[in-house]
Amino acid sequence: MSSKEPTGLLFDMVECIGCRNCVKACMEIHGFAGDPEEATTLSATCYTTMAVEDDYPIRNMCRHCQSPSCVSVCPVGALQRTEEGPVVYDASRCIGCRYCMVACPFNIPRYEWDKAVPAVRKCDMCIDRQREGKKPACAEACPKGATVFGTRKELLAEAWKRIKKNPRDYYPHVYGEHELGGTSVLFLAPHEVASLGYKASLGNEPLPRLTWQVLSKLPGVGVVSAATLMAIWWITRRRDEVALAEGRVGGNGRARHEERN
Amino acid sequence: MTNQRNARFGFWRGVFYLLLGVGLVLTVMRFTQGLGSVTNLSDRYPWGLWVGFDLLCGVGLAAGGFVLTATVYIFNIQRYKPIVRPAVLTAFLGYVMVVTALLFDLGKPWNIWHPIVMGNPTSVMFEVALCVMSYTAVLALEFSGMVFERVGWKRAWKIQKAVTVPLVIFGVVLSTFHQSSLGTLYLIVPGKLHALWYTPVLPIVFFVSSAMVGLAMVIVESHLSARAFGRQLEMPLLSDLGRVLAAVLGVYLVLRVFDLVYRGAAGMAFGFTYEAMLFQLEFAVGLLLPLALLLIPRVRANTHGLYGSALLVVLGFIVHRLNVSITGFEGAQGGRYIPSLGEALITLMMIAIGFAAFRFCVRTFNVYPEEAHEPVLAPARVAAEAPAAVLGRAQR
Repeated sequence: MSSKEPTGLLFDMVECIGCRNCVKACMEIHGFAGDPEEATTLSATCYTTMAVEDDYPIRNMCRHCQSPSCVSVCPVGALQRTEEGPVVYDASRCIGCRYCMVACPFNIPRYEWDKAVPAVRKCDMCIDRQREGKKPACAEACPKGATVFGTRKELLAEAWKRIKKNPRDYYPHVYGEHELGGTSVLFLAPHEVASLGYKASLGNEPLPRLTWQVLSKLPGVGVVSAATLMAIWWITRRRDEVALAEGRVGGNGRARHEERN
Repeated sequence: MTNQRNARFGFWRGVFYLLLGVGLVLTVMRFTQGLGSVTNLSDRYPWGLWVGFDLLCGVGLAAGGFVLTATVYIFNIQRYKPIVRPAVLTAFLGYVMVVTALLFDLGKPWNIWHPIVMGNPTSVMFEVALCVMSYTAVLALEFSGMVFERVGWKRAWKIQKAVTVPLVIFGVVLSTFHQSSLGTLYLIVPGKLHALWYTPVLPIVFFVSSAMVGLAMVIVESHLSARAFGRQLEMPLLSDLGRVLAAVLGVYLVLRVFDLVYRGAAGMAFGFTYEAMLFQLEFAVGLLLPLALLLIPRVRANTHGLYGSALLVVLGFIVHRLNVSITGFEGAQGGRYIPSLGEALITLMMIAIGFAAFRFCVRTFNVYPEEAHEPVLAPARVAAEAPAAVLGRAQR
């Protein structure tokens, strides 16, 4: 089987009517109690939100980055980017260090602070449904073409088609196309996304690279520092031995052969 | 005099048991009701006091171990030998406390071994986990010499002594790794950490500051134990250490200033914003002031002057690490994180247990070789305080 085209979601703020069927469907499928109308911040029992600000529906959820910070920082590989595209979490591996939460540039992962056996919680783009050939619940529930499911490639083409068709309604930028190396959840908006409450000044370079630049040098640092230490040890010892042999007991209190303990 | 000492000790013993009692209740709450029941941690501030202080500061404050073992065994500067043992003990107990604190902070501490078998090589946390585990083992081995000596296992002691140098080298390499890696942890959050503290050279900043605070802690620890155990201070030696500390502070200062100027962030240091004031506290009180003090020979030679300067270095170090881990995030994350009383009490309990363990070790093992024969401790008090199991051994 050839590797599949990774999937994604397109959220079109211009098409959205703010009905919150996406939020409701997400809550229903996960069995979360709660009022979709009041779900304005993500929580361990709310994986997607819609906050209406100045009449603009602002949807928030995991972006399923193509180079996810959370996956790169997890010490035990509890977070993984699947072949299908979604970034998923395996609670059985998790040690609960919460580095994923600190590292996520979008502040997405949530924690079960009130549980004795807690887990990290976030959207998994309905990976189980996808594997059954179904759409994610939010995309299926959308009455307009505002939350669209497809391969990331198709969605990008669709997004640019919409921008070109209605250049007056759309700001000509697909948020997520290049940000931080690209995300699987893409956004279309009437204005620049920064003015709509999305983090915009992220740059296009994947963040895990910043860590790897240092981490990849450690083996070299280790070899060099170990060798240096051994060399220093040998030289300082040799110096004392020579001093002793020549009858001048090492100055500076360095009489090595008088070790007491 | 003796009465006064006893009264003072009685007071601290009371504080210790009080902290232990409250801490136990909080511990039960934390493990039955979850982290939220005891801490002020939240989705916005997933890391708080236990990571910022117990882990980040704890590992740095215990750096005296690798600095002094390297000085004596690698650089062969033998005159520092009398203070190697207390430094190794401090480091060992420090790391045990860090790991214990981690058991409180991890959501699922029973999975703490997972990194060994499920390691993710791109994760700094994985690297830190392996290094801290290995280095704690190295410190246990370095410390074991004192135990073998005490219980009279001659063969084990000889073997331990024979492997000291490779052990020390391994320990220094591991320390270089994870001391710097604690800074590397934060390289992935350029958008969240304030520009006064986010820098690509965080690993170097963390490494240099660990060596700096390791030296300062050796001075602080010497003073505290001199007071607690009625010992003589190794003043000429410590003054010398003060001079080395001034040199490291100088290196650290140049590094920080150069970095700020190079990144164009120096301007943010001035003014009266929240971040600027925290930075000024860290820089003026915790770096410039002790550096200026330590450059004065008379201050270095003075017991109080040296101790005070070292304390300022420790303070500056703690403020810097808390700025990197907590306050530097507040601008981007919004709101404030202030540790809960429960978090603070558990941290205090950990510190109290550390002090008690240090005291116990000093009374049980030959931690201060120079003064082993001086009957400084009243045997009756030792007997009253040492647990029954080691009672017979505690009295020489």
